[in-house]
Amino acid sequence: MSQMLLEIRNATKVYTQRGMGGVKREVVALQDFNLSIPLKPASIITIAGESGSGKTTLAQLVLGFIRLSSGQIIFDGQDISNADARQIKDYRRQVQAVFQDPFGVYNPFYRVEHVFDTVIKNFKLASNKTERREMIEDALNVVGLYGGDVLRKYPHQLSGGQRQRIMMARAYMIKPKLIVADEPVSMVDASLRASILDVMMRLKEESGISFLYITHDLSTAYQIGDQIYILYQGGIAEKGNTIDVIDKPHHPYVQLLVDSVPVPDPDVKWQGEIVLPPEEEMRSSVHSGCRFYPRCPHRMDRCLEAQPPLYEVGDVGHQASCYLYAENAVAEKIK
Amino acid sequence: MTTTDVRHDPPIDTTLEVAQAEIPYKAKRMGRFNRWDTPWLNSKLLAGVAIISAVLLIGLLGRLFWNTDLAYTASSPLNLPPVGFVNSRGVEGTWAHPLGTENSGRDMLALLIVGAPNSFLVGVIAAGIGMSLGIFLGFSAGFIGGKVDDVIRLLSDVTITIPSLMVLIVIQSLIRQVEISTMALLIAMFAWPSPTRLIRAQVLSMKESGYVQMAKLSGSSTFSIMFREIMPNLTPYLFASFIGNATGAILTAVGLESLGLGPQRVPTLGGTVYDAISAAALLRNMWWWWGMPTLLLAFMFIGLLLINLGFDEIANPRLRQSSQ
Amino acid sequence: MIDSTPQRTDAPVLTVRDLCVYYETPKGDVLAVNGISFNLYKGETLGLVGESGCGKSTAAMGILQLVTPPGRIAGGEVILEDRNLLGLNEKALRSIRWAKLALIPQGAMNSLNPTMRVSNQIKDVITAHEGRQDVARLRTRVMELLTMVGLPGRVYDLYPHELSGGMKQRVCIAMAIALNPAVIIADESTSALDVVVQRIVAQTMLKVKQMLGVSMIMIGHDMGLMAQMVDRIAVMYAGKIVEIAPVRSLFSVPKHPYSQMLIESVPSLKERKALKVTEGITHDPRNPPPGCIFQLRCPFVMDKCRTVAPPLQDILPGHQVACHLYETSPDGRLHVADAVGNP
Repeated sequence: MSQMLLEIRNATKVYTQRGMGGVKREVVALQDFNLSIPLKPASIITIAGESGSGKTTLAQLVLGFIRLSSGQIIFDGQDISNADARQIKDYRRQVQAVFQDPFGVYNPFYRVEHVFDTVIKNFKLASNKTERREMIEDALNVVGLYGGDVLRKYPHQLSGGQRQRIMMARAYMIKPKLIVADEPVSMVDASLRASILDVMMRLKEESGISFLYITHDLSTAYQIGDQIYILYQGGIAEKGNTIDVIDKPHHPYVQLLVDSVPVPDPDVKWQGEIVLPPEEEMRSSVHSGCRFYPRCPHRMDRCLEAQPPLYEVGDVGHQASCYLYAENAVAEKIK
Repeated sequence: MTTTDVRHDPPIDTTLEVAQAEIPYKAKRMGRFNRWDTPWLNSKLLAGVAIISAVLLIGLLGRLFWNTDLAYTASSPLNLPPVGFVNSRGVEGTWAHPLGTENSGRDMLALLIVGAPNSFLVGVIAAGIGMSLGIFLGFSAGFIGGKVDDVIRLLSDVTITIPSLMVLIVIQSLIRQVEISTMALLIAMFAWPSPTRLIRAQVLSMKESGYVQMAKLSGSSTFSIMFREIMPNLTPYLFASFIGNATGAILTAVGLESLGLGPQRVPTLGGTVYDAISAAALLRNMWWWWGMPTLLLAFMFIGLLLINLGFDEIANPRLRQSSQ
Repeated sequence: MIDSTPQRTDAPVLTVRDLCVYYETPKGDVLAVNGISFNLYKGETLGLVGESGCGKSTAAMGILQLVTPPGRIAGGEVILEDRNLLGLNEKALRSIRWAKLALIPQGAMNSLNPTMRVSNQIKDVITAHEGRQDVARLRTRVMELLTMVGLPGRVYDLYPHELSGGMKQRVCIAMAIALNPAVIIADESTSALDVVVQRIVAQTMLKVKQMLGVSMIMIGHDMGLMAQMVDRIAVMYAGKIVEIAPVRSLFSVPKHPYSQMLIESVPSLKERKALKVTEGITHDPRNPPPGCIFQLRCPFVMDKCRTVAPPLQDILPGHQVACHLYETSPDGRLHVADAVGNP
């Protein structure tokens, strides 16, 4: 039945913070979020957004580290919100992750091979030493490394790029269906990023592993992403085919974002100055209406009434959450 | 590629010459560093270990070379000064009792040889019990959190504020006969909060680390995370904490002994000082009676302090001097 | 040893010559910065780019005389307004820092004192160098600084934790310009920020530079940002400068093979192309190969490159390259070699 590898329906996550004097403050990290990743073909779905957009919360939810306030996350037909311990362990075999910090993910007490040993032991991936060695070597080769070079080293003896690739190898070795890559290259030096992105592309094409690529860097998203969801303060601003969205952004926020990426051409400078409004207006919690209102150059009274739904703009699947496009088509109904 | 014609205007040399890499540099291994420079061979640590080893050796090997029966009363002539000195009666010290004797006929050297390990023992046992309790409680508080954490934290905060020496004095003065083990246990009662807090703090911070998240993602159980991931990284802290606790315990023990509240049946360093003071050794100018044990104790504490400082430097590279 | 860029005939504000900063390790010195030279003229922004480990941040520390053991300055000169900074004692250096030479470090927002209000921190910088000031005038001055960096007046009384990342970074910029220094060094000062905030902070820096006529050294690895912000770029590789060029020249016709690799690997937002995988610095920084520093990765390496280190020399007005492909013959003509590329 499930054509979808991962389906997120109306996911909402609210954090309650106890402020001074017992005043409760609600921060809505994610609001009515919907996303779907098809089973076939394997694809790289980019989640792009700035800090506060909710992308890290999304990663934590998909990985099962935190629970939803409301909504559902359905993986391969199973709702994971109510999973028990055994189901969670099975889930871990299908969904793995690579994180942002290439150093913090390694236990400094152990050599690098510890990360492979833990996985092999817990998931019973190999039945004897030979199998174990071959498996690890194969995984390392896929990412362009050799066991002899790296396994017996301690994490601080390797470069950031190597460490990230080893994490990719570890994830690949489990043969998951989905890898959540949470800003995998932002802490890696610019010259080494291509090698990691290349690994992701190859894992997708050759091993059929889909990726949920979370980033704030639109350039890398443009290079490897198939679909893109651009988040703004917990909601989707625009989504669709990566090339469409970035070449022809429709949502005013996305237009601003694309415009603000510095172009590596000295003759193409930023046009115009931006003024950010005072902070209070920007970081509001349960705010009715469009979150981008305070900064939007095209804002209308209508925008304050309710959060705009996603409207079709341009090609099929390309949608923007903005009332500017309300007349164009019927609002997309999400079940 | 083709040749490009470029004319430089001024006749003066316009190229920027840079003397590239002509500066000699040390390509060899030596220089100020050599194979022996690892953080573990810290000078303070080594000095401290040397001192403590010396003290322990006196205690352990001393009995092979010296007759420890002389530590019992009436085994030697009374009130002899150390070699080379003359006491107030005009009697000279002899080599038979190189550090002198005291007024019950006990030989000082024998007292030191027997007393030193006893003092150590108290410290080690007390610290050991305190640490074990601390590990268990600290881990529980840090990992389980919630109500368990609240209870443990409350208990440890309260215990720390209790003036331990005072309470111990009261308790031990009520108990007539104290053994070394009893004393160690009592001291441990007040030694556990500090390691508990330390371990709890470390566990809390390590719980949030990337590698713990990774372990969860790899399907590791909570138990496995505690012992395979977090525990090994705690060992340096545990070690340093142990030394600190042992020092404190020995100090407390000596304090109690010198008030006469220590074990009566076995000689201890503090006990010897107590005897000296109560026999008015100060007035009688028998400085070796209270002086020798005090000197040995001073050495012990200096040694322990150096070990502690050495560990600090190893753990925190910024404290290390840049050129050793 | 004269660096002449025919466009600028005035005296440079900052001259760096043969600066060397080495780090001691048990196995020998790491040659983090190995003989770099450049001039910085009044009002211009010089970009310093290179991959991780090339020594650009170390160079900044060297210029500021903030190198701590096990690093040390092993040679060279840093001449700021006719004074060689390398010979000065700590007292003299302290009077120069902030007043003549300021730094905006990476993650500058973390170097703000969380227990002091913004206004007091800026005031501290001013009074530390200029002594006690008239209270009203000091306040006006601080408010002016805040306006210059585009911050609203209410920031004056706020604490750092009440500000966003971009605002904190702008406070750091305000502190850096408070004493109207001659040179500001910005070390990756926007890398921790979101794209839109980065644009705002970068535009603030440009505006400030224009208003005050400050010279800037911008250190970074984001080539897109460099294109927006700098007038000239110096490309560093493994402790050496391999090319210095006006920014347009570097982007349109990079001369040094490493610069070419760098420009090519910048991900673009305009077209999708195959990812170019590069390896990073491949040689041991303690033991660089004799000859050209880039020989191990160079697609055009020749025999000469393995023995003779190419000097940094002019090949066009204002454009210097350290590469044997570009040789100036005795009669002043420039020859560009026909090189067979290595696969």
